[in-house]
Amino acid sequence: MRALPELMDPKRARESPESAVLSRPSAFPDEVLERILSLLDTHKDRSSASLVSKAWYHAERWSRARVFIGNCYSVSAEILVRRFPNIRSVTLKGKPRFSDFNLVPQNWGADIHSWLLVFAEHYPSLEELRLKRMTVTDQSLEFLALKFPNFKSLSLLSCDGFSTDGLSAIATHCRNLTELDIQENGIDDISGNWLNCFPDNFTSLEVLNFASLNSEVNFDSLERLVTRCNLLRILKVNKTITLDQLQRLLVRAPWLTELGTGSFIQELTPRQYADLETSFKGCRNLQTLSGLSEATALYLPALYPACANLTFLNLSYAALQSEELARLLAYCAHLRRLWVLDTVEDKGLEAVGQNCPLLEELRVFPSDPFDEEIVHGVTELGFLAVSYGCRKLRYVLYFCRQMTNAAVATIVRNCPDFTHFRLCIMNPGQPDYLTREPMDEAFGAVVKNCPKLQRLAVSGLLTDLTFEYIGTFAKNLETLSVAFAGSSDLGMQCVLEGCPKLRKLEIRDCPFGNKALLSGLEKYESMRSLWMSACKITMNGCRLLARKMPRLNVEVMKDEESNDGQSYKVYVYRSVAGPRRDAPPFVLTL
Amino acid sequence: MNAMYEKNIDLEATELRLGLPGTSKKEITSRSKKRPLDESTEGSSSNNDDRLECSAPPPSKAQIVGWPPIRSYRKNSLHQKKEEAEAKAGVYVKVSMDGAPYLRKMDLNIYEGYQQLLEALENMFKITIGKYSEREGYKGSEYAPTYEDKDGDWMLVGDVPWEMFIPSCKRLRIMKGSEARGLTCGL
Repeated sequence: MRALPELMDPKRARESPESAVLSRPSAFPDEVLERILSLLDTHKDRSSASLVSKAWYHAERWSRARVFIGNCYSVSAEILVRRFPNIRSVTLKGKPRFSDFNLVPQNWGADIHSWLLVFAEHYPSLEELRLKRMTVTDQSLEFLALKFPNFKSLSLLSCDGFSTDGLSAIATHCRNLTELDIQENGIDDISGNWLNCFPDNFTSLEVLNFASLNSEVNFDSLERLVTRCNLLRILKVNKTITLDQLQRLLVRAPWLTELGTGSFIQELTPRQYADLETSFKGCRNLQTLSGLSEATALYLPALYPACANLTFLNLSYAALQSEELARLLAYCAHLRRLWVLDTVEDKGLEAVGQNCPLLEELRVFPSDPFDEEIVHGVTELGFLAVSYGCRKLRYVLYFCRQMTNAAVATIVRNCPDFTHFRLCIMNPGQPDYLTREPMDEAFGAVVKNCPKLQRLAVSGLLTDLTFEYIGTFAKNLETLSVAFAGSSDLGMQCVLEGCPKLRKLEIRDCPFGNKALLSGLEKYESMRSLWMSACKITMNGCRLLARKMPRLNVEVMKDEESNDGQSYKVYVYRSVAGPRRDAPPFVLTL
Repeated sequence: MNAMYEKNIDLEATELRLGLPGTSKKEITSRSKKRPLDESTEGSSSNNDDRLECSAPPPSKAQIVGWPPIRSYRKNSLHQKKEEAEAKAGVYVKVSMDGAPYLRKMDLNIYEGYQQLLEALENMFKITIGKYSEREGYKGSEYAPTYEDKDGDWMLVGDVPWEMFIPSCKRLRIMKGSEARGLTCGL
């Protein structure tokens, strides 16, 4: 029986203590074994356990309740239900990540519906569905709402294909719903009426996130919903909720652990402001705060009393200035994760370094990414300032317009614990702005100084040297994103040959050709996927790859954006399900 | 004779261009073209100039699909924010009326169309402007509202769609008396 490649980790199985102790067939009755294995909850542990022996494999598959599928085409619903009969929770990821940036045409696939049909038959007790980059239609949402009476938790991130009508179906029919989490999807936002569809006797909601929907909801409905759902711990409202409405909601649910405010701007009377302050004072359990779009210096202070226990502050939709941020951060000493817009500038990041010694994650998003004349935003100085004050930094996403090799070298000397380093110098192919040299040494420093690095995104002017460094030093690297970089096939080869744990490689606009593509043959079977677009791959190269590696799916699309009409978008991934049967006409499976 | 003359002139040497000294458009190869084998192994030993010359001037950001890598949702909300900011920014123009001792200022953005604007003008100056017609302008009124557009011409308020009017209006002037009647009689 073939195990799912996604769920296999042979190395771990050999190292696991269980295999050393139990070298003979299990002496436990199956039920006991299943009971023990049901205590394993991480996917990696379960995968390892399933490889120990046949008995363990079966005990594990009967006791598994949650499954994670990182590429929906790596396996089929039929194979899934055959192996795991008792699944309650499914997490599925669909399109390649570059689809977030419009590099994948519409109707590419990753439609949830065929999965739902199989689940209705085999997992009627399904409770949780978490989807990322999948196509979900209103029809699917209605089907989900009607066919799964125990359904509790729906999370849709970066999905497309549905409208607020689909949400109405969920609200109307899912009597046991505990979570409705709708984030950053490309949907048809018709109206906020879906919120009114929760029945009056519906009280089970614990998580409600509709921050990214734009249409106005009926506030009375929302207030009544929040009032009667006394288990509600996560509430993220959208921009149409005003400050005084927010205040009324906080009064109803002061025990929230995560709050997403609406637009934080409104003319408040002194009395209203006082009430707002009092309500925030009452929120003693707040760990996560987000929203705050259009927050200004005027009303931010009302928040201060709620920030004492804050560990995650998401200001990535709030265009704060440096002083506003500095004053707010003075109250956020326990912050571990911070997302901001680059309107805070280097000065704001200095305040981060000064106030947040426990910070582990920083994301700085650009407020004006497409305007070439903008001279604002953050520079290498801001990043440096953070690295001096926040030595525990391990995750960074940084959009900037200038960087130097020296700065990055200092940053990773200050913070050697990086697991995720994603640097985006927004002008493609831009060198070190002081020395005019390529940024090779910067990323060389990253991989040399940060042994725990799992995820890396590179940018700026880069030669093959960067990739030689990566291949030589980044031994724990799992995900690599490359754009407008490299000099020759050698670059990509270095990575494919040098990074043993590589799972996801996504490349665009690089001079890597067939030689590079074909240097990774067996490697691709140990990876989740490879994406290459606007490189120097030819159809023949792809055909050769497909011929040599029949267990890989090699999908090719014509690159509409390229000038020469010869360049392709290639998506290569391992699969036990064979070539997909739902490929649209513009996707050629070789 | 002319042809020979042209052959001897190196026009490129005298051409004014933005760029680093020592680089020229011809020498810069496209990023995506493969370099011959011997160059590809040079890697670390090639000097700075070589590396710079071999990189194409990147196309402007506006033309690159999916760059910088920002999710569509975020891109759309940034765009929305920009539009909202511009709308809120306020379009203040000076308003003068013939015979009035001093000028006024008003924010055109707060009005949704010509009707509201004209009502506001009537209130501000305590006058009646009358109804606009394409053929006859503001007939039956002593006053004609005009505006100076981007080209410096004085135009009759109401001829162009409201959305076109807002960005092109630099100042308003309410003409009075015979001058006004001259405008409304048509040409």
